[in-house]
Amino acid sequence: MKYLEMWQLTKTYPAPVGEAVIVRDFDLSLEKGEFVSLIGHSGCGKSTVLSMVAGLTEVTAGGISVAGREIEGPGPDRGVVFQAPCLLPWMTAVENVILGVAQVYPRLTHKSHREIAAYYLELVGLGDALDKRPGELSGGMRQRVGIARAFAISPKVLLLDEPFGMLDSLTRMELQEVLLELWSRDKKTALMVTHDVDEALFLSDRVAMMTNGPSAKLGGILEVPFARPRDRQGVLEHPMYYDLREQLIGFLEGQSHTHGKVDEEKAVAPAEKAPPLRSRAVNLEEA
Amino acid sequence: MAFLELKGVSKGYTTSGGRTEVLRDINLEIEKGEFVAVVGYSGAGKTTLISMIAGLVRPDTGTITLDGKPITEPGPERGVVFQNYSLLPWMNVRENVQLAVDQIFPNWSRDQRRAHVDKYIAMVNLTPAAHKKPHELSGGMRQRVSVARALAMDPAVLLLDEPLSALDALTRATLQDEIENIWERDQKTVLLITNDVDEGILLADRIIPLSAGPAATLGAAVKVDIPRPRDRKALNHDARFKTIRGRVIHYLLGAGSKSQGKVREAVQRPRILDELGITA
Repeated sequence: MKYLEMWQLTKTYPAPVGEAVIVRDFDLSLEKGEFVSLIGHSGCGKSTVLSMVAGLTEVTAGGISVAGREIEGPGPDRGVVFQAPCLLPWMTAVENVILGVAQVYPRLTHKSHREIAAYYLELVGLGDALDKRPGELSGGMRQRVGIARAFAISPKVLLLDEPFGMLDSLTRMELQEVLLELWSRDKKTALMVTHDVDEALFLSDRVAMMTNGPSAKLGGILEVPFARPRDRQGVLEHPMYYDLREQLIGFLEGQSHTHGKVDEEKAVAPAEKAPPLRSRAVNLEEA
Repeated sequence: MAFLELKGVSKGYTTSGGRTEVLRDINLEIEKGEFVAVVGYSGAGKTTLISMIAGLVRPDTGTITLDGKPITEPGPERGVVFQNYSLLPWMNVRENVQLAVDQIFPNWSRDQRRAHVDKYIAMVNLTPAAHKKPHELSGGMRQRVSVARALAMDPAVLLLDEPLSALDALTRATLQDEIENIWERDQKTVLLITNDVDEGILLADRIIPLSAGPAATLGAAVKVDIPRPRDRKALNHDARFKTIRGRVIHYLLGAGSKSQGKVREAVQRPRILDELGITA
């Protein structure tokens, strides 16, 4: 059964001359309980696809359906984990999670809301930090709150937009294990955007590769054959691991010849715009 | 005796809640000309480690010696490259490098110093941008200036504190190649601090995991016996690469990890979730 469907998905923006095509005719379907990653270079449009599925960006053409119903705008049937966890800085970890829970179960008592929120925070290893504010938490801990918040509303579909992109590579691996364990409890249909090849292989059933924009589309799909439940050691030692890894790296490298290097040499290049990513998130929470 | 040696080094800080041990019983020996990578979590104390070797911070216990002499303060024989570049914003690329060279080699002639500066700017491929100010440069270019400045001081040891962590993947790969090329040419003693296992394996002769803090300490060193120059793509097929990668990751996610890494099994599930029909 196709649970999450995207057909002929297209996104364009008006440009001074004509229009800028970000994504064109993007088709992808996920079975119920499937974990699919969308991989591609920064700026290729993969986050735009996810944002359209989340209902945060309007679709120019094509459509998206969840459990057989076409989506209209954002909704609690889709839980989103963003790159920056976007926590409210004046609220504690548990209050941040309660906020979503109370929206989804308006009839429950505050005590029940708190029980649910605390439960998911304990699952992600934050049992001792329920009453801490975002400013008192490390980047990895904040993103744990973001994961707990997404799971606590029990969505039909989980959408992850480079959820660990701002963390160092080791904290990232730790959180991948937390996510995987939480996910394997009831195998929610999940779509994750990432550019980390190891992350995609560790978590996914399939990896969808996106070509570079403009007019990005699906470049191919890689099946990930590792048995579940998975653990890091087992995955790393799987005889096919490094072959699959190379296929993905090869795809990305092939794509980078068409763009990428140019940016680095430009006088005011991406880093000029890029570093705020991290500081922006910090400001959001500490301002 | 090794060229750079740390013996029983520990360091803690006093906070409002009492004393926090950052590093505990660090023992490290680096031979002359060796490239060593220390890989660990952010917040584990990697920067504290570099700062002590740089002489910016004193250890609480233990000794640090370079070429047999104890380190007590910063000195020109140790060049440091920080993650945040630390360039002077009102000076252009050449002036930033020149500043260091003028300090270290005051007895050289003007022409000699200028030629020296040009050589290192060329080494990091920044000659066309030599007249540019830091704000006109990308992150990768700024970090190259920082590398050129450290190298131009001709230090006996190069200390790299997550020099590439703030850069995107493509720029990082380019700079990794440059660092390897420069090291092959100069054969400097290098200590690289990073959170990226692959980066460590690509560049270093030995890779040493640092456990998660508090009270972080070094795990067993793994020798990287892969011939140079190492090709990122070819590494993927290399059995040695896979073994080394597996061992370091295994330590860092296992014995050397934070206790709260895994989902806790003993969590009490609230009954309300069953009433709602939620299975997770």
